[in-house]
Amino acid sequence: MNHKQEKVKSYRQPLSKSRRGFLGTTRNIGLAILGGLTWSAYVDEAKANKLLLRPPGALKESDFLKTCIKCGLCVDACRNRNGNIIFDDNGKRVGTKDPTLRLAVPGDNKPLGNPFFIARENPCFMCDDIPCVPACPSGALDILSVTNKKTKKLDINMARMGLAVVHKESCIAYWGLQCDACYRACPLMGKALSINMQMNKRTGKHAFLLPVVHSDICTGCGLCEKACIVEKAAIFVLPRELAMGKVGTHYVKGWDKKDQQRVGVAQSIHTIDKRSEKKAIDKLNNPGGLLDD
Amino acid sequence: MTRVRYLIARRVVQVAILLLYFGGNYYGWKMLTGDLSSSSILGTVPLSDPYAVLQMFVAGAVISSNILIGAAIIFLFYALIGGRAFCSWVCPVNIITDAANWTRRKFGFDMVAKKQPSTRHLRYWVLVISLIISFFLGLTAFEFVSPISMVHRGIIFGMGFGWAAMAILYLFDLFVLKNGWCGHICPLGGFYSIIGKFRLLKVKHDSVACTGCMNCKVVCPESQVLHMIDKVSVPVTSGECTNCGRCIDVCEDNALGFFLKVKNNNEGEINNEKNE
Ligand code: SF4
Ligand code: SF4
Ligand code: SF4
Ligand code: SF4
Repeated sequence: MNHKQEKVKSYRQPLSKSRRGFLGTTRNIGLAILGGLTWSAYVDEAKANKLLLRPPGALKESDFLKTCIKCGLCVDACRNRNGNIIFDDNGKRVGTKDPTLRLAVPGDNKPLGNPFFIARENPCFMCDDIPCVPACPSGALDILSVTNKKTKKLDINMARMGLAVVHKESCIAYWGLQCDACYRACPLMGKALSINMQMNKRTGKHAFLLPVVHSDICTGCGLCEKACIVEKAAIFVLPRELAMGKVGTHYVKGWDKKDQQRVGVAQSIHTIDKRSEKKAIDKLNNPGGLLDD
Repeated sequence: MTRVRYLIARRVVQVAILLLYFGGNYYGWKMLTGDLSSSSILGTVPLSDPYAVLQMFVAGAVISSNILIGAAIIFLFYALIGGRAFCSWVCPVNIITDAANWTRRKFGFDMVAKKQPSTRHLRYWVLVISLIISFFLGLTAFEFVSPISMVHRGIIFGMGFGWAAMAILYLFDLFVLKNGWCGHICPLGGFYSIIGKFRLLKVKHDSVACTGCMNCKVVCPESQVLHMIDKVSVPVTSGECTNCGRCIDVCEDNALGFFLKVKNNNEGEINNEKNE
């Protein structure tokens, strides 16, 4: 038996039982980590989709994703809502129109199975009885968020599905042409969406009739987006976190009594660093080599 | 001749459930609305998938009482009575994986790839990992990728590319791994295997009547649970049995049958060792 054969043979020696067990366990743990990491990477990507509109009363996205059980009861309710069912002449139900809400399917590139809507295709009609919200068993659609605290009645105007924004350059009203399609489509006409009149200096004798959205009233239903007459809607609904800015606490409306109260409780912040060792006036008198002596 | 009593009964139940859900959405029927994740009978009795609820809980969601009661009903039903019966009597994927198995047998693919390169314990690992991911990412990890829901919701609410999930399951079970999805990977099946361990409805075996033809082991999707065949007269106790009754169908010697253990007697566990 030459040297080479001997070596091959030694590799083939049966593993001891404990060593076999150890290797097996290690392999399983390794595979579990591999699988787990791949899986989380996928799920983490899939949930990152921010550009979608949720049904009325939906919790904030991170809570919504863990709370919604994907049962589709809201979709059922939206499909079978008043006014969406088609009857024939004898009053017999023959079918329904497509519902606003749908569950994301493979191919939508949205978190699978959660309800959403696409306003340009099928906006939310802001049903008075909001059938979709009470249908939700999980609380992912929060009924309290759309219930008037005083009257204890459902109030769809409290929904905040998104916020309509206007892209001025593609809105023909900003060109000076007359169009108020979105304004007339808005269920909260004059409150969520108003018309701002301005003089058209180009012609000198006409007015611009400009649509302006008010974020404190707009529900994000998307009826305006659906109604917009240009090729790709110039007014469209975005999720509120994307559409809205935030001032922060360091600006106060001095003319607003309530806002002004914030100043009363404000505290000043002292920053101590190398430069605060000297008084400001000394600093000015001796700028330290900036000017020629 | 092969008997098909339970097979037909199961298909009828599976399709009827799907039809009720479908009608609930498209025709506004009230009988059964929602889907297998959570539904409602006649708009009053809630039902929820306890594994999905477990993931929600681990993810840190506030669980509503409706969901909690629904999950308790389903949990108790399968834990006390049905065991893994969800898999063979309700889950729509079962139709697909059964079809793959049938194709395998019909065309003899079993002969080509005999070696099974995976362990059936994999599903418990998947179960644990799904809970770990749910915890760290704060969402229901399996529900994000579940092909069961893709297929099931696809039938009720619209398919999208969900048909691809169906094709993948079929091809995987046919060409990659025998009983691959339902017998090795699916954590929902694993979940019901664990909670169904002490179910009342079991398959019992009479080793005296058994002629050892092994027809049952050929059709069983979890054939490891039938280790007693032709050896001892004990019931199938493993939680991995799906209570599909296929073994009972194909047994020509009345050596297998369902029994419901209500009292704690030892019927079916008669220890008459087979002596040839
Ligand atoms: S309020 Fe909107 S989402 Fe809800 S049922 Fe009506 S149309 Fe559908
Ligand atoms: S009813 Fe609620 S839990 Fe069910 S899919 Fe709609 S939002 Fe999710
Ligand atoms: S989305 Fe448009 S139509 Fe709906 S409330 Fe807001 S401005 Fe009005
Ligand atoms: S193992 Fe999973 S996919 Fe297969 S039948 Fe059971 S629940 Fe359905």
